[in-house]
Amino acid sequence: MTEVCIAMSVDIIFKIAAIGILVSVLNHVLNRAGREEISMMVTLAGIVVVLLMVIDMISRLFNNVKSIFQLY
Amino acid sequence: MEIEVFQLVGLGIIAAILALVLKQHKAELSLFIAIAAGAIILLMVTGRLVAIVTVLDDMARRANLDQSHLSVVLKAIGIAYISEFGAQVCKDAGENSIASKIELGGKIIILSLTIPILVGLIEVILQVLT
Repeated sequence: MTEVCIAMSVDIIFKIAAIGILVSVLNHVLNRAGREEISMMVTLAGIVVVLLMVIDMISRLFNNVKSIFQLY
Repeated sequence: MEIEVFQLVGLGIIAAILALVLKQHKAELSLFIAIAAGAIILLMVTGRLVAIVTVLDDMARRANLDQSHLSVVLKAIGIAYISEFGAQVCKDAGENSIASKIELGGKIIILSLTIPILVGLIEVILQVLT
C-alpha cells in the first residue's frame, strides 16, 4: 500500500517539473511573440495548478502528523 | 523494508536536480518541487513514526505514567515537526524572517502546552517545602 502511495507521490514531482518546463517554454514563445500579458497569465495558471497539487499533499502530511501526535 | 532509504535518497536527488533545472527559468515552481519533495519524504517516514509512538505509548502505560504527560510530550514533538517543516519551506523561499517567526510561534505554542506541567511541578515542590 505504501509502495503505491510513494510511486504516486514521486509522480507528482515529475508532474510539477513538467509543468514548470512547459510554462517556461510557453513564456519564452509568448514573450517573443510580444504577448507579455498572456505569458503572465500562463505563469499564473501554472502556479495555481501546481499549488493545488502541493496543497493536497501538505494537508495529507498535516493530517497524518495530527493523528499520530494526538494534536486535536 | 530497509530498501526505503534508497527510495528516500533517490527521491531527494531527483527532486534536487529537477529543482535546479527549473530554478533558472521559474524559481517559484522550483520552490514547489522542494515543498512536494519534503512532504513526500516526511510522508514516507510517518509509518515508522506510528510504530515509534505506539511503542512509547505502550511503555508509558506499562510504567503507569500519567497519560496526559505523554500526550503533552507527543504534542510538543508534533508541533516541532510541523513548524520545522514550515520554517524550512520559508527559508527555501528566501524568507528568513518569516521562517524565524514560524519557529518562534511554534516555541510559544509548545511553551503554553507545557505550562500546566510546570504549575504541577511547582505545586509539588511547595507541598514538599511546607
